[in-house]
Amino acid sequence: MTDNFPGGPVKGPFDPSSSANLADASRTARAEDPTEVPPDSAAVPLVKPTMAVMAEVVPDVQDVAEARSLWMDAWITMRRRPLFWISVALIAVFVLMAAFPQLFSPLDAYNIKDACDLNRARLGPDADAIFGYDLQGCDVYARTIYGARSSILVGIFTTLLATAIGVLLGTMGGFIGRWIDTLMSRTADIFFAIPLLLGGIIILYSFPSSPDTPYLLQVFKVVFAMAVLGWPNIFRIMRSSVMQVKPAEYVMAARALGGNAPHVIMGHIIPNAIAPVIVVATIDLGAYIATEATLSFLGIGLQNPIISWGIDISAASALGYVRQAPHMLIFPSIFLSLTVLAFIMLGEVVRDALDPKLK
Amino acid sequence: MAEVILKAEGLVKHYPIKSGVIQRTTGHVRAVEGVSFELYEGETLGVVGESGCGKSTLGRLLMRLEEPTAGKVTFNGVDMYSQTGHDMRRLRRDIQIVFQDPYTSLNPRKTVGDIIGEPFDIHPEVCPKSERNKRVRELLDLVGLSPEHINRYPHQFSGGQRQRIGVARGIALNPKVLICDEPVSALDVSVQAQVVNLLERLQRELGLAYIFIAHDLSVVRHISDRIAVMYLGHIVEIGDDEQIYERATHPYTQALLSAVPVPDPQVEATREQIVLTGDVPSPANPPSGCPFHTRCWKATEKCSAEVPQLVAHPDGGAGHLSACHYAATLG
Amino acid sequence: MTQDVAAKHQAGVAARKAEMRAAQLAAGVEHLLEVKDLHVEFRMQDGVAKAINGVSFHLDERETLAILGESGSGKSVTAQAIMGILDTPPGYVTGGEVLFQGTDMLKMTYRERAKYRGPKISMIFQDALSSLNPVFPVGWQIAEMFRKHRGMNRSDAYAEAVRLMERVKIPAAKERVKAFPHQFSGGMRQRIMIAMAISLDPWVLIADEPTTALDVTVQAQIMDLLKELQEESGMGLILITHDLGVVASVADRIAVMYAGRLVETSAIGPLYAHPLHPYTKGLLESVPRLDQKGQELLAIGGLPPNLLRMPEGCPFNPRCRYAFDECRTGAPPPLREVEPGRFAACYVAGEV
Repeated sequence: MTDNFPGGPVKGPFDPSSSANLADASRTARAEDPTEVPPDSAAVPLVKPTMAVMAEVVPDVQDVAEARSLWMDAWITMRRRPLFWISVALIAVFVLMAAFPQLFSPLDAYNIKDACDLNRARLGPDADAIFGYDLQGCDVYARTIYGARSSILVGIFTTLLATAIGVLLGTMGGFIGRWIDTLMSRTADIFFAIPLLLGGIIILYSFPSSPDTPYLLQVFKVVFAMAVLGWPNIFRIMRSSVMQVKPAEYVMAARALGGNAPHVIMGHIIPNAIAPVIVVATIDLGAYIATEATLSFLGIGLQNPIISWGIDISAASALGYVRQAPHMLIFPSIFLSLTVLAFIMLGEVVRDALDPKLK
Repeated sequence: MAEVILKAEGLVKHYPIKSGVIQRTTGHVRAVEGVSFELYEGETLGVVGESGCGKSTLGRLLMRLEEPTAGKVTFNGVDMYSQTGHDMRRLRRDIQIVFQDPYTSLNPRKTVGDIIGEPFDIHPEVCPKSERNKRVRELLDLVGLSPEHINRYPHQFSGGQRQRIGVARGIALNPKVLICDEPVSALDVSVQAQVVNLLERLQRELGLAYIFIAHDLSVVRHISDRIAVMYLGHIVEIGDDEQIYERATHPYTQALLSAVPVPDPQVEATREQIVLTGDVPSPANPPSGCPFHTRCWKATEKCSAEVPQLVAHPDGGAGHLSACHYAATLG
Repeated sequence: MTQDVAAKHQAGVAARKAEMRAAQLAAGVEHLLEVKDLHVEFRMQDGVAKAINGVSFHLDERETLAILGESGSGKSVTAQAIMGILDTPPGYVTGGEVLFQGTDMLKMTYRERAKYRGPKISMIFQDALSSLNPVFPVGWQIAEMFRKHRGMNRSDAYAEAVRLMERVKIPAAKERVKAFPHQFSGGMRQRIMIAMAISLDPWVLIADEPTTALDVTVQAQIMDLLKELQEESGMGLILITHDLGVVASVADRIAVMYAGRLVETSAIGPLYAHPLHPYTKGLLESVPRLDQKGQELLAIGGLPPNLLRMPEGCPFNPRCRYAFDECRTGAPPPLREVEPGRFAACYVAGEV
C-alpha cells in the first residue's frame, strides 16, 4: 500500500476545504466503471482506488451535520423541554427583581415614609397596594419585590462558595487519594453530619447580627454559615466523580504524553467530572434560599430593617394574623416557593440533559 | 541485525491487596513476575496471553504509567525509571501508546483537533502553536480520516474511526516505539482489518517499532515479527513468528494455539485440539514452580517444585526461548 | 446413583419429546422453529431504525444454525424477537411470524409466551456476570427455574440444581451450589448460565455470543460443552456470533446478516470454500488466519450503514467492490437460490 502514499502523508489532489474527500473520490472512480476498479486511472492521479485504499478510507456514513460537543447536545436536549424555559423564565424574573427592584415596584420599600402608613396596617389588597399592607402599614407588594435581593444574593453566593470549596477539595481528594483523601473525607463526614438548619442556627447564634450590622456583612454571615455546612455535599459528589474519571484511558493517554498533574486535572478530569456537581449545585441553590428564609424567620438570619421574605413571613405568621390578614403571609410565601421551585426544576432538567442514563 | 531500542530486564509488578478497616496489606497480586525482553528498531513484538496474564500491566510499565516493584527498562541505553522532570518528558516523546477501548480512550469533551493536538500542547518544542492545526490535519489525513473533521467530537465517529484518532495521537510526536494495547479487539471484524492495515502502513512509512499486546493470536501472528507468550505474569515462550506458530516448545503455547478456531471447516475437521481443563489460577495466589503446571498435561513433580527459566534449547532456533523443563522434548 | 437419575431423566425427556414430535408431524409442521419475514424496528427520538427487514430461516432438531454478523447487523435483535424479550419501547416487531412447532409465538399473549421461555426455547448471553443475580447463590438461581415452572419444593429443586451443575461439568458442584456468582471464574459463570438455560430441557437453545467474553482456552471448553449437550438432548442450537472461526467448527448451516437482512444462507462447508455474497467474501478475506502468515489483509472498506439512513438499493452497495447501477437503486436484492440449498441476496452472487 505504500505506493499509494508516497512519502508519508497524503498530500492529496483534494483540497481539504472542498467537500470532496478520499472516500468520495474512490466512489466516483467506481461509478465510472461499475464492473472493475480502474487499475491505473488517470482521472485519479494519486490515490489508486484499489481494494486496500478503499478499505482504509472511511466514507462519512455517520455524517451528522456540524460538530456538536456534549455540552451542545445537552443544550439541545434542554431547549426542547418546556420545564426548562419555565424555570429559566422564573429565575430570570427573580434575578432581575433582585438587581433592579424599581423596575417592578415604583414604590421604594426601604423608604419608610413613602411605603408605609400605619393607618393602613393589615389592610387587605386594594387599588393602591395589590398585595395589601403589613403590620406597619407598608406596601406588601413593594416589600415582596425588594425582598428578592436578599434571597437571590444569599442563594448564589452560598452556592458559589460551597461549590468552590467542594470542587477544590473533592478534586484533590479524588485525584491524590491516600491519606489526604482520608483526612478530607472524614472532615467532610463530620460537617455532613450536622444538619444545615441546626448548624446554621448554632453558627448565627454564636455570631449574631444586630439591626445596625451593614447589609452585606449580614448577608455574608448567612452565606458563610450555610457554605461551611453545605460544601461536603459537593465534595462527596466531586470526589466520587473524579475517582470515576481518573482511571479513564484518555487520562492515562494524557499522562503517557507527559502531561503534568495540573494539565491532566484541568484538561481532562474536571471537565468530565463536573456535570453532576452542576446539577446538585443548582438544586442546592434552591435549598439555600429556603434555609435563609427559615433562619431569617427565626430571627437569627438577616435582621430588620433589611427586607427579606423570611422576615416578612415571620412577622405575618405571628399569632392571630394568619386568619386575620392572610395576604401578609401568602404573597412572600408564594415568591419564596416559586424561587426555590424554579432552581430545583432547573436542576432536574439539567440532570436529564447531562446524564441521559438517569432518565 | 537492527539495534535494540527498548529493553526490559526483570520487570516485576506486584499490587498490594488491602483489607480490613486499617487497610493492612494482606497479600499481593503478582501481575508481572520478572519479564525480560528486547525490542529491535522497526520490528513488531507481539505479546499474547489470556486475561490476567499481565500483558496490559506490562504495557503500562513500559510506558511508565505504573512504577515497577523491581526491574529496569532502558530506551536506547537510557534507564527509564531513573529519569525525572524534563528528561522524562523528553523520553515520552519516543514511546507512545494506543489503547484498547476507542470509547474511553478519547476525552468526550474535546474536539478531535484538541485530542490530536494535545501532544503538541505538552511538547510545544515539537510543533509551534502556529503550525499546530496544519500538523493535526496532516495527521488526520495520514490515518485515513478527513481533515475537515478536526472540529468534531469523538462521539460523532464510529469505533474504527475513533481508533484511528487514537493512533493519530499516538504517532503525533514521531515516537520510535508505539505500544498497542489490544488496539483492535473492541472493533468489528471488518473494521479490525482496516486498523491492522493502517498500523502496518504507518510502520513502513515511519519506521516505528511496535509492541502489539493482544489476546487474538491470529491478529498477532499477522502483524508480528516476533511473539512473546505470557502466562501468569511470566513470559513462557518467545521467538519469531515461525518458531512460535509452527514449532512451539512450551505446552501452554501449544494449547493456546490449538484452542484458536480456524475459519475453515475442512481444517477444523482434521485439526487436533488440545483442550485445557480448568481456569487460569489467580495471580494473587499463583502455583508453586512452573506457573502452568496445574493445567499442564505433561507436568511432573519437578514442575511443581522448580521454576523453569526462560532459556534457549539445544534444538531450538536462534532467539527461540522457552520456560519449560521439557521444552527440548516437546518441540 | 446420580448417573442413574440422570439417565432416567434423559429417557423421560426423550419420551416426552417423541410424543410432541409425532404431534408436530401429524400437523404437517416441517420445522422445529421457523422464522418468516420478521421485521423489527426501533422508534427513537432521531427517527425509526429498521433493525430487521424481512428475515426468514428455520431450525430443526439436532441442528446448529449460526447467525453471523457484525454489531448492528441485527443478529442479537433477531434472537430477542424470537425469545420475546425485545425492549418495547423502543423496539417493535412490525411483521412476520415466529413459528415454534407450527404455533406463531408472536400472536401469543404475554403469559402464554412466558410459558414457552425455558421449556421450549431458552437463551444464554455474552455477559454471564451481568445475567446472573449477584445477591443470590447460583444454586438458588438454577433451582428457581424448577420451583417456578415445575412447582418443585426447595430440597428437590436444589438436588436438581446440583445435577445440572454436574451436567455442565462444574467441579465440586455439591459444595459450590451455595456460592455466589462473583465467586466463580468467567468460564464457570458461563457454565452456570448454560445450566439454567437447559434446566427445563428446551427444544431450542439460542446462544448469543456465548464465548466472546471468554479467554480462548476457555472458549474451546464452552463450545465443546454446548456440542455435547446438544448431542445428548437433540436440541436445536442457534449460535449468534461475529467470529468466523468459532462457527467453522460447530455449525451445520450458517446465515450471514448485514444491516438487518440475511445476505447469505448456506451449509457450512461450501460457504467457507467459496462464499456467494461479496460481504461474506470480504469478511473471510479480512480476518487473519492462525494457520497462515498472510500478506496484507483485504479489509472491507467503510462502515456498516446507519440504520436510520439506509442507502438505496442493496445495503452493502457503498462498500461493495462489485456494485453496479442496479445495486444502488430500488429495493434491495432478494434472497435467491444460487446453488442448490444456498441462497444469497446479491445480483452477482456466484460470479464473484
